[in-house]
Amino acid sequence: MVEHGDIRVVHCGGSKLNFRDPVITHDSRFLLCASGEAVKVFSTSTEECIHELRGHTGLVTGVLLRPSNHLQVYSSSLDGTVRLWDFTDGILIKTCVIGYPIYSFYASAKHENVIFIVTSMPSEKRAERFQLVAVHLPQSGDQLVEARELSAVLSGVNPNPAAIAFGRGVRIRRHKDNKKGGWNTFTCVACHPKDDCIATGHEDGKIRLWRNFNHKKEYTYSTLHWHHSAVSSLCFTPEGTNLLSGGVESVLIQWRYKQESERDFLPRLGAAITHITVSPDGSLFCTSHSDNKITIIQSCVKVSAVIQGLVKGDSIRTDLMMDPRSKALVLNGKPGHLQFYSLQRDKLLYNLDIVQQEYIHESGLQQFEVVKAAFDASGLWLATVEERHQKAAELELNLKLWAFDEQTQSFVLNTTISAPHDAQITAMSFRQTADSQTTLLVSTSKDGHFKAWQLAAPAHTEDEGPSWLCDFVGAYHGLVPECCSFSADGSLLAVAFQEVVTVWSPATWELLTTLSQPPGAVSDLCFGRLSCSKYLLGTTASNLLCCWNLLTCSLEWSTSMDVRRLLVDPLSENMAAFCYQSGSTDLFVFKPSEPRPLFSRKAVCSGKVTQAVFAPREEMLESCEESSQWLNRSQLYFLTQQMVNNISSSTCFLFSPLKLVIDDSVAMTPFYLLLGKHRQQQQEHRDSDSSLWAERTALPQTSASIKELLQTPAHVLPSTSYLCSMFVQSLLISVSDAREEKAHAEEEMESEKEEEDSEEEMESSRSKPELVAAATESDAPALTKAQARELRRVRKLDHSWLAGLLDS
Amino acid sequence: MGEFKVHRVRFFDYMPSAIRTMAFNSQTERLAVARADGAVEIFNFNDNFFQEKVIPGQDGRAIEALCWVGHRLFSAGLNGEITEYDLENLRPQYTVDAYGGPIWTISSNSQGTQLAVGCEDGTVKIFAILEERIQFQRNLNRHKGRIISLCWHPSSAQIAAGMTDMITIYDAETGQATRRLLVDRAMGASKNKEVVVWSVGYLSDHTIISGDSAGKVQIWNGLTGTLVRTYLVTKWDVLSLIINASQDESSVIAGTSEGTVIQFQFISSTLDQHDKEWVRTRTFRNHSHDVSALAHTDTAVVSGGMDTQLVVRPLLDKVEKNTQESALRKIAFPHRSLVGCAKKAGLLLFQFPDRLELWKLGESEGHGEQHTHTHTLGEDHICCSALSACGGWLAYSTVSSVRLYRIQYNKTISINKVPKLPKELRSVHQLCFSSDSSKLFASSCQSSVIVVAVSQQECRYLHTLKHKTGEWKARMHLLCASDDGKWLATANTDCEIHIYNLHKMKLHCMVPVYNSCPTTIAIHPVTNNLISVHADQQIFEFSLVQKEYTQWSRRLQTQGLLSLWLERDTPITHITFNPKNPDHIILHDTYMFCIIDQSLPFPELNAVLWNQMTLKNLPVSQRIGQSHAFKICKIFQHLMCVSLLEDLSLVVVERPLLDIMSQLPAPVRQKKFAT
Repeated sequence: MVEHGDIRVVHCGGSKLNFRDPVITHDSRFLLCASGEAVKVFSTSTEECIHELRGHTGLVTGVLLRPSNHLQVYSSSLDGTVRLWDFTDGILIKTCVIGYPIYSFYASAKHENVIFIVTSMPSEKRAERFQLVAVHLPQSGDQLVEARELSAVLSGVNPNPAAIAFGRGVRIRRHKDNKKGGWNTFTCVACHPKDDCIATGHEDGKIRLWRNFNHKKEYTYSTLHWHHSAVSSLCFTPEGTNLLSGGVESVLIQWRYKQESERDFLPRLGAAITHITVSPDGSLFCTSHSDNKITIIQSCVKVSAVIQGLVKGDSIRTDLMMDPRSKALVLNGKPGHLQFYSLQRDKLLYNLDIVQQEYIHESGLQQFEVVKAAFDASGLWLATVEERHQKAAELELNLKLWAFDEQTQSFVLNTTISAPHDAQITAMSFRQTADSQTTLLVSTSKDGHFKAWQLAAPAHTEDEGPSWLCDFVGAYHGLVPECCSFSADGSLLAVAFQEVVTVWSPATWELLTTLSQPPGAVSDLCFGRLSCSKYLLGTTASNLLCCWNLLTCSLEWSTSMDVRRLLVDPLSENMAAFCYQSGSTDLFVFKPSEPRPLFSRKAVCSGKVTQAVFAPREEMLESCEESSQWLNRSQLYFLTQQMVNNISSSTCFLFSPLKLVIDDSVAMTPFYLLLGKHRQQQQEHRDSDSSLWAERTALPQTSASIKELLQTPAHVLPSTSYLCSMFVQSLLISVSDAREEKAHAEEEMESEKEEEDSEEEMESSRSKPELVAAATESDAPALTKAQARELRRVRKLDHSWLAGLLDS
Repeated sequence: MGEFKVHRVRFFDYMPSAIRTMAFNSQTERLAVARADGAVEIFNFNDNFFQEKVIPGQDGRAIEALCWVGHRLFSAGLNGEITEYDLENLRPQYTVDAYGGPIWTISSNSQGTQLAVGCEDGTVKIFAILEERIQFQRNLNRHKGRIISLCWHPSSAQIAAGMTDMITIYDAETGQATRRLLVDRAMGASKNKEVVVWSVGYLSDHTIISGDSAGKVQIWNGLTGTLVRTYLVTKWDVLSLIINASQDESSVIAGTSEGTVIQFQFISSTLDQHDKEWVRTRTFRNHSHDVSALAHTDTAVVSGGMDTQLVVRPLLDKVEKNTQESALRKIAFPHRSLVGCAKKAGLLLFQFPDRLELWKLGESEGHGEQHTHTHTLGEDHICCSALSACGGWLAYSTVSSVRLYRIQYNKTISINKVPKLPKELRSVHQLCFSSDSSKLFASSCQSSVIVVAVSQQECRYLHTLKHKTGEWKARMHLLCASDDGKWLATANTDCEIHIYNLHKMKLHCMVPVYNSCPTTIAIHPVTNNLISVHADQQIFEFSLVQKEYTQWSRRLQTQGLLSLWLERDTPITHITFNPKNPDHIILHDTYMFCIIDQSLPFPELNAVLWNQMTLKNLPVSQRIGQSHAFKICKIFQHLMCVSLLEDLSLVVVERPLLDIMSQLPAPVRQKKFAT
């Protein structure tokens, strides 16, 4: 069977909502916005996502209501297709293949069945240039059509959709026309729906209203100036009576057309405005914000709904974390806040204000940022570090400790330690003891010290609760500590001082031992868990992954890999390493005690993965496939940066055919299984069997017969009995035996204590087979030799019996 | 280039006077600008905005309004008089008292037959413009309150008059007020303050546009007397408003006391329709103080005000992009030299409108300059002055008289007026001493040069130099005598340059006429070549002996001047020569001084001009390759004079614009961003 499992990378959410301007439907009930590879349909009143229009295989770059039918919507994507959807039911109506990546697209009511797309110019060497192309959409009833009638309109346009707008039958474009100095560069453009008037926003915060522009040189303009920074979006209301503008000030401004001295403001929208749209009846305004938020505003006075996505600021300074209580993903979001994000529902739960200071909306200001955060194992305590680094002044640092309040169900500030260190804090870790009273926090800093903080009883007054105090300051030869880690039982603390790993006892603060593996500074450090707790793993800057045995205090093994991120699964002994190699990231999952990785996948995604987290599953998954067992207890989430403007978070989780069957609650007939498998095989897009360590077995040779069975028309098929034997044969292959034997041979060569581990493993896997359907029993990675032999014997027996039955 | 000891002089606290009003004559392309001290300046817009003529002011003459009628220029002021100017001799020709108290405004009808003035007593007086003079015709019906602004309808049948709180439309024939348009007062606290209609415009379609002290620009229908639109453009006053009447009346500009100029245009909202309307369009922000004077040329907006600068802002839709024409121009300093320098004695003469200052350059490094004053006595302002090279004589002239002083310098400076001057020296435009200080040349009216011998004993009239033809010619604005005392060069505003032989006391020759006015001329002390620099920045060298352009000049003309040189927007106002190196010509404008080395090749037309500091760092071989005739120095800013003394020390007289700005009164209100 499919031994290597079906582990796929699934894009699970957190994609940008503010990538392109959203669209409000004619009845103002729905809001459509491009989100990653899908189009999301939100309700404007309840903020809930109603549908996700999935089908594109590339980034969706534009959403537009069809001018001729307001119940249908076009979407364009980088995969080179334009799709037409019925958004009320979420049905794909038509796919139009254009064949070039589409960066933005436009339609006008004047041009029936013609859309205008921006694609990259072919045969351009270096600097990417873009051109505007008119595409005539073919009229046919087919689901899949190919548009062939393309005509170039303009070349050298800006791929940013704000740079193109439709006027009354005239199409206007302003690409970055850098007139005299950089200050009056165009940033966006909008056309008046009735008059011949174009509004342009500029880098210096001015809005210019251009009139009379069609005469050759007689154009004239007037200037409106309120914004202090670049105007990022402009929009006329449908009747043309008002002009809306927004920018980094996060204030929505409504200018009266032709009475520009009168204007209305809607301030405090939270973050810089990136797009503004108005519903076709003019009753709802909708602003997209740079913190991945869409605000729906009723008639420029009241914010009626907020649709909030995962906030990704300039950089994710804190790592990805799981809140042990809510199982929510925690990372820094809005400036000065920690966000709690539910992965299951792809929704922001809440923001925790860490800095508790007013954020000033101005670019270039240095403001407090949350740079580090850590939870203890029970989720009772949260430690955060905020810093502000001004060029002239010295670093301002605050370490804050938050206690979880059961009554309010939120974190309450317990202790603020200002200037806990003299320099930036490089790592922070709670001691994770078995009893829930964790009272030790270790922080390491670039000033060459690491400090241990402990919850101490109040000294003098009664009304104050316990607060955190510094317990110990440690240093090692003046070296800079880069990372720290507690062992699973909390009895050991490992601090990496550049090339040297020091192991301390937190109980006595005694330096137990030093481990050293020159060259290269240690950049990531973690202890093994459960059965592997005697191992300490570290990655070094010189692309080495090292594993020390703490019992012998010696290097157990090391391998040369460019590990960007080393993770430990809190619920098992598994570890995951993300390696960056030649433009893409590889994932390896391994146990420190075993030389072979449990799972490896080349090119999980392109680009670097710097943030990842193991999230415990709500219920343990029953899976028996060897390579996917590591995902039974937890899921692995990682954050990628696919494109500059599109950071999408993806999850990597098990996707077995069995799971699919059960989920779909369809009667589990063998034929269904077959069909499901067949589909799986088709979905197998890239199957890299040339991984570093693990040799993969080839696909089972069943596909030919199944294909024959499925693709031949029913009336020419031979009799069912003939097919049945073929079908059953296809289910039972002998190729797997050879592989299994090989695996066992390898296992035998391993040491004794590893056999103990595999016994444990076997225990867990043995409880499963009852649920497994008869057809997929060829898994069990850790079966003992004897069992395997027996199984093979049974299988052979089965086969002959079944064949005999069929032949008769 | 050589090194010089530099006297850096910053004590010439010249202060230009605020611009009060201006008028543009679109036929002759001349702009007349009246300043607060009563001086009137004429700029030629055809000739690189060169300041052709300056009519000196007078104490107590405050010009409120200017008006061109054909080639004639009229002004009216708060002294209640209407003045016509003699633009050839640069003096008021006659004044007529209007007998209506202070006059606020003056306007002529489109035919140029009648002149309307608005008076303090509320009358609009009509004067008939006759051949040589103007004659009072009649009063229009009198109203209570002063008449602040006036505008004729292009058909000359109606006059719109702006008053306090209202605009009145008069029938010019009957003198009856046909309509009164009431102007709203400002909202809020200033509700009780009456609103002054500072400016009014009357279009041929009977639209009236007004700007008032409540900050509104209002558009009225003059036929029905109804308000069409109100634009609140400022919280303060709209001081001036002008229509581009010479064109299609589709643009109006308004100047505010915030220093902004706002343009309104008459355009249709959609292209294919004809229902045009007035739309506020561009805003120009080039002034720090009140914009009290505006002019609308075909291609540019000209504005001036309290901050004394004249700003020419081209309308980018009317001019070719990225050319010299499309550049913003600020004219801050007069286009003539106000500094006299006695090269032998080390004396500096600074000319102010109402006084002269004589300074002695100190011997020690840096400091120790003493100074003395001479005050004028009359109320007329000084139009020109001269200091002899030996430092012994000082002459100055007002509109009506010339004075000559003998300066004696022994420990203390004593200045004695020379009592008896020849009666020929009465009204002169330019004064110049010969290099040996024995003769004084004065350009007089009728385009003649009067030569006066000056000596210790007496002051004697010698000769009058005239052209052969003797016909009426334009006045001479430049005089220059050669070092050897043989030649005298004169230039007039008709762009002609004449050379006189002083030994023979007659015209030697005439330099071929170039179509741009010379801004300065000088005769080379060694070669006796005449160097002339013109308003379009061209440089010519003319050999006086051979009566032809020199080889150097021809080469320069065939190769052409650098675009960097041609795009400078201030004229060269002074030329001196280096006695040590006859190849060097030192000339300066406001922003730089330049040494032209005639022995070096000209730079390539589009070459980058390296500054001297970068050149110094280059290796010698490369430096020689880069060397060319133009050596430009911009260390000293806003130069009034650069002159080389006898002892080869350079005198640099600076007047930084920032110093002028800091001496201006505080602005009424400056628009600040986010207020």
